[in-house]
Amino acid sequence: MKRRIVSCLLTAAMVIPMLTGCGGSDLSKYPNGKLYVYNWGEYIDEEVIDEFEEEYGIDVVYDMFETNEIMYAKLAQDNSAYDVVCPSDYMIQKLIEHDMLKELNFANIPNSANIGEQYFEQSKDFDPENKYSVPYCWGTVGILYNQTLVDDVVDSWDILWNPKYNGQILMQDSVRDAMMVALLKNGYSLNSTNPDEIAVATADLITQKPLVQAYVVDQVRDKMIGGEAALGVIYSGEAIYTARENPDLVYVVPKEGTNVWIDSWVITKESKNVENAEKWIDFMCRGDIALKNFEYITYSTPNDVAKENIEDEDIKNSKVAFPDLDSFPTESYKYLGYEADRLYNDAWMEVKSADY
Amino acid sequence: MKLFKSKRSAGLMASPYIAWAIIFIVVPLCMVFYYGLTSADGGFTFDNIATIMKPGYIKALKRSIVLAIISTLVCFLLSYPLGMILASMKLKKNAYIVTLFILPMWMNFLLRTLTWMTLLEGKGVINTILEFLHLPTLNIINTNGAIVLGMVYNFLPFMILPIYNALNRIDENVINAARDLGAGTVQTFLRITLPLSMPGILSGITMVFIPALTTFAISTMLGGSKILLIGNIIEQEFTQLYDWHLGSGLSIVLMIFIILNMIIENLSDNGGNN
Repeated sequence: MKRRIVSCLLTAAMVIPMLTGCGGSDLSKYPNGKLYVYNWGEYIDEEVIDEFEEEYGIDVVYDMFETNEIMYAKLAQDNSAYDVVCPSDYMIQKLIEHDMLKELNFANIPNSANIGEQYFEQSKDFDPENKYSVPYCWGTVGILYNQTLVDDVVDSWDILWNPKYNGQILMQDSVRDAMMVALLKNGYSLNSTNPDEIAVATADLITQKPLVQAYVVDQVRDKMIGGEAALGVIYSGEAIYTARENPDLVYVVPKEGTNVWIDSWVITKESKNVENAEKWIDFMCRGDIALKNFEYITYSTPNDVAKENIEDEDIKNSKVAFPDLDSFPTESYKYLGYEADRLYNDAWMEVKSADY
Repeated sequence: MKLFKSKRSAGLMASPYIAWAIIFIVVPLCMVFYYGLTSADGGFTFDNIATIMKPGYIKALKRSIVLAIISTLVCFLLSYPLGMILASMKLKKNAYIVTLFILPMWMNFLLRTLTWMTLLEGKGVINTILEFLHLPTLNIINTNGAIVLGMVYNFLPFMILPIYNALNRIDENVINAARDLGAGTVQTFLRITLPLSMPGILSGITMVFIPALTTFAISTMLGGSKILLIGNIIEQEFTQLYDWHLGSGLSIVLMIFIILNMIIENLSDNGGNN
């Protein structure tokens, strides 16, 4: 008999929260419905999400992705799964070309005026009429190295092929970023669609494979801080954070040039919460919020108001956070179309499955 | 004693399970075959399945099979003696010992594998201790060895339990009879214990070989994404490249291997009964 009472209690304990969960409490706390946000991992100060929820009475469901490609697969499968997403330049172009984005109503996003004009100008590369995207972060890709473990001058992508650093090199585990390194090393365009150039880059990456410790994405940061590796390919936004955690780490943009990227907020074509999504983008463009995010994630902000209010003069004038883009060759990724996509993917697959 | 009064009520009771099996097993399987045998424009094709013969893919498949066989073998060599020890103890205690082997399974499999990553890293826990003791350090992270270690660690309980159960079920009298009739230790083992524990061994092999063949999480974490297994390729086709057709085609190839494994098991199982 006793056992039956216990099981009744357990059932009740399980069912009651479910009932209340479906009931009214959500509505009273979040009268303005839901918003599904899909962003990069470690790409926001989580307090900002709470602030948004409180201020607008919107329940935010926040999910994260690791590469643009994973994000695309998810949206291609179910466009309405998320309302507001933060992909990179070339992927935004691909989404536009596949008619997966909604035109923004900038009248509802007044704070977008805080974003520097030059970033909208730059966005025209992938969003020609500035109709679909609002810049969130931007930066370069470079080499992060540990001064105590590297005694050569680091100024070229070539150093990632130096046998001296066997097992000490971390490469990016995403097609475009890995191929970019090899293409630039050979003096090609990082948007090359020439099969011969791609073949040379592929062969280079295969030669490099024995020297590579691991192909990773977000882990480059932690492994470099922990001294696990000497050299790593990394996004500029991590440079301030990693230098703060481990003063031996230095970020360099190689002389052959780099990819200048922009990650922007976009709204999906079949979004069910467009109004809330616009509120979200507007909120992200607010000076104080952008500053808060910048201080937390340390990725370069295109928000002029936020940049003006950075207290630390060193960071405000930092050439890493806000590089002078004329000092090295730059190029942005473009969406290269289905055929070239397949070419890149096959090449990357060849690299990853190569014996070493 | 009949559990259900009529066939009808038995059918009624079974219906939730049948519905479950249809929704979560039959329908997905049909979808895999549909995608695997069609191209992006909807036409019927064997191309997706034939892709496995391309150099990169066949290499990954071979590597997966080799690593899965090694892991299964290591698991078996570790589990059998252990199963014999546990079965011979015949104490109430061995229930606790068996629980000890299951205990790690209460924790998430990804977490446990992640732990191995931090243990094995160049500046990880194990190497820090080795360095402190002035011993040579261990460099197996991001190698085939680390992946095999991860597989053995994760799948060992699936081998131990069926073998232990099979050994435990052997009637002591049979062994005593063999001894009475003059068989030595080795002969008793080879002709009585081993054949009688065969069903346990076979189900253990299946339960280790199949997950080892299809894993992608272990190879990503402990192989540093440098070692591509067939599971990794299929995962990439779905998550990164958004090519469900090719991903499904490759899954069908993998299914063939799994079915082969089960046929072999069934055949030898029937042989044992005869």
